[in-house]
Amino acid sequence: MPPPIRRISLEQAPTVVPEPAASNGNGHAAAATRSAASAAAIERMRCDQVTIAYGQKVAVNRVELPIRQGEVLALIGPSGCGKTTLLRSLNRLTELTPSAARGGRISLDGEDVDTLEVTELRRRVSMVFQQPNPFPMTVFDNVAYALRDGASRRPRKPALAEPVEHALRRAGLWDEVKDNLDHPALRLSGGQQQRLCIARALAAQPEVLLMDEPCSALDPVSTTTIEQLILELREQIAVVIVTHNLQQAQRVADHVAFMYLGELVEYGPSEQIFHAPQAQRTRDYVHGAFG
Amino acid sequence: MSGWRIPERAELGLGALAVALLALIVGMLAFVLVQAWPSFAHNGLAWFGSGGNANTQLNDIYQSPADPHHYQYHLRAWPLLYGTALSTGLAVLLGLPFALLCALFTVEFAPPGIARVMGPTVRLLAAVPSVIYGLIGILVLAPWINDHLVSAKFKLDVKPVVPIGGGGLLLASIVLAVMIVPIMIAIISDALRSIPRSWLEGSAALGVNRWRTMWRISVRAARPAIAAAVVFATARALGEAIMLAMVSGSFIFAPNPLDGLNFFLEPIQPLAATIVAGSEGFSAKPFAQTLYAFAAVLLVSSALLSLAAWAARQPMRRMGLR
Amino acid sequence: MHASAELAGPSRRTRPRDSAASWPLADRIGLGLCWAAGVTLTLLATAIVLYMGVKGISQLHLSYLFQHPTADVDQSKSGGFLDPIEGTLLLTAIGTAIAVPIGTGVALWLVEYGRPAPLARTVESAVEIIAGAPSIVIAVFGLVVFSQPAFAFLSFRATGADAAFGRSFVIAGAAMSLLALPLVVGAVREALLQVPNHLREASLALGKTVGATIRRVLLPAVRPGIATGTALGMGRIIGDTAIVILLLGNTLGTESADGGLPGFRLLRGTGSTLTSYIYGNSPAGEGGAPEKAYAAAFVLLALVIALNVLATRLARGNLSALTGGAAWTR
Repeated sequence: MPPPIRRISLEQAPTVVPEPAASNGNGHAAAATRSAASAAAIERMRCDQVTIAYGQKVAVNRVELPIRQGEVLALIGPSGCGKTTLLRSLNRLTELTPSAARGGRISLDGEDVDTLEVTELRRRVSMVFQQPNPFPMTVFDNVAYALRDGASRRPRKPALAEPVEHALRRAGLWDEVKDNLDHPALRLSGGQQQRLCIARALAAQPEVLLMDEPCSALDPVSTTTIEQLILELREQIAVVIVTHNLQQAQRVADHVAFMYLGELVEYGPSEQIFHAPQAQRTRDYVHGAFG
Repeated sequence: MSGWRIPERAELGLGALAVALLALIVGMLAFVLVQAWPSFAHNGLAWFGSGGNANTQLNDIYQSPADPHHYQYHLRAWPLLYGTALSTGLAVLLGLPFALLCALFTVEFAPPGIARVMGPTVRLLAAVPSVIYGLIGILVLAPWINDHLVSAKFKLDVKPVVPIGGGGLLLASIVLAVMIVPIMIAIISDALRSIPRSWLEGSAALGVNRWRTMWRISVRAARPAIAAAVVFATARALGEAIMLAMVSGSFIFAPNPLDGLNFFLEPIQPLAATIVAGSEGFSAKPFAQTLYAFAAVLLVSSALLSLAAWAARQPMRRMGLR
Repeated sequence: MHASAELAGPSRRTRPRDSAASWPLADRIGLGLCWAAGVTLTLLATAIVLYMGVKGISQLHLSYLFQHPTADVDQSKSGGFLDPIEGTLLLTAIGTAIAVPIGTGVALWLVEYGRPAPLARTVESAVEIIAGAPSIVIAVFGLVVFSQPAFAFLSFRATGADAAFGRSFVIAGAAMSLLALPLVVGAVREALLQVPNHLREASLALGKTVGATIRRVLLPAVRPGIATGTALGMGRIIGDTAIVILLLGNTLGTESADGGLPGFRLLRGTGSTLTSYIYGNSPAGEGGAPEKAYAAAFVLLALVIALNVLATRLARGNLSALTGGAAWTR
């Protein structure tokens, strides 16, 4: 359940900014590479009028968002604004809660995610959680987990060695664990565990990677490492990251969506959101008027 | 509860009570072992071996002359031990997969309405007294087995050696399995429920279906609890006297695996049931001492199993689960 | 946010397309086996209860509860099972009367004092050993100890023999108390461990001794735990047969011993309980009266189930805010 909501005085006028595909390139001092890249980016997922309610309580209200390969989308907003709920609906993890109901359409490569087999969906749209949650197995078994049990026929161990190494390299963990693949994963440090979880999520070659405040439980050094990782990963997959940390969003994100009380208040390139926000509420949040 | 204080009156009183209890228990243990000693002493290690018909051996012991110098102790208890081990082993073999599947069903796969019913059902089965299980076994199941599974030819063939009826290894193992299943279900479901939710969510988020998630993560992490469940179930099965006295065939015999399917129809008499069957004979001293010897074997086994159960739960504590 | 915001677009409960229909065959077989196991278990329990219920009620006449049994081959004249019921109640009373105070005392000592530590661990182990010992072994314990001539006052001395008879209500009751003891110790211990420390500290800070704290603060606090342990222990005593057969003398009717104080005569006497009555009337005993056995079994089962329901209610009352574990996924 989303955490309780803090209330401040609201403006009445809706402040959703139209889709960036039309309005991009407003002449901000934007890093040219980034804008150009997102203009050419392929849209992998799309949310259309997505509404999520737990019983009577609406957590997300009519959100429209594109998620593109080659860029990082950050969902920001105060506690309880629905960003985590929205993230979890992208891979239908909200279904684990019995009282959840969803309206609107979420599509992956054009297909409605409800029509897909949910296990296949989750292989293509992977998730990393806030608390590192490695399984009580060896490092190797953790990374190979999705590969072994996602398919109907379990691959033999030699066949897995290469995808495991590849995933660990992408997660920047290979050098640290390559001699210790058979050690229990729970013996790794917090930062290493989180990178292990990222490797685990990458093992099945997902198209989209969802990250729910992945660094909030980690120390600053690990945080930097993981942010570096995210910037490297975005070339091949679409990354959606929920974060509380505005500086992190500034460092990492290409596009930012600001949510408040379940509504998408503003969406745009990160330079716009942080330096020239168009909605008053965005301005207030970004400048620290509320948290 | 911290530091050293001069013991107060209440502490001395309660402490004395606890020590008295301890002394009583230790005393009883020692007493039984001492009383059982003559039977072991007269037979040596061959006590545990086989040779001859244990039924007649016990009878001879019972009918020993009154002169202590001529007390009979000769016994080869292997058929008893074998019967005990067979019935216990088969019961656990049958019961464990069943209990594991039931536990999985209760914790994960049952719809909410049915899941709510499972708890009281298991508690009900655990609460039924063993004499009632025995009653159903001897009045309902034994005649059925006698009529439908025992061939008249087999009965006739072995009549000189062994009486075949409905009671026997099969019936004993099945009813015993039903009796031990509730304990195992309780322990295993507890462990399955205490698996951290983050692991299960993580597995779902990787696209692994519920069955595989339960099997690869929950059951795997609950392995120490499964071991503990087996130990507790074994202890329960070993000590079961009354039910087995009613359904196991009441004839000391070591079933012969070479008999094929008839192996299961042959009678046994486990240790605990033998003590019950011999309960009239405690007035004859050597017979009583032989029965004490059986009790001593049971006692040592159950103490060892208690130790094993404690050891089996340690890995789970290390992992931080209950 | 209020519920007035309608779910836009095709609104649906997200019933997952995680239906097992799409799983690999092996997984579906596994799920099927789970269902089979659960359903079989439920059917088994229902069958047992229904069968005993039907058979029992059909054989039970209310008069049985009030008639003395007589040894008669003709079942219509062999009376009811008042004496076995008396025996059950008497044994339960004796067993509980011994086990509850001693068990509570030991649990209190273990949790509140427990010094020196090795002694506490040894006492705990001893209680564990008793908890794990089969009831037949406990019966043998009792027999071994109480057959000694020194204990003849607890039963009676067979004429001319050098051993006491070793079987009577009080002896069987004492052995029963060993059955109930670990359950009482366990339940009271759990309850004591759940009492928050600040209650103890508050009492001690007021200058009370630990003993007074126990009397005034802890005992009232763990009363539900004591009740739970008592109910559990009673359930175990009522359902036990082995101790009865070995230690109660197996006379059909309650028979008091001769001589001595009147009340004590009954305690030194022999008799039967519902469990030994059932055993005796089955083909394993002297046989003969399966109908009576069913009737008595029905009464016994009803008694045991009632006690277990009581124990569960009491136990649940102790646990604060402990959910049964919310379903992880549906």
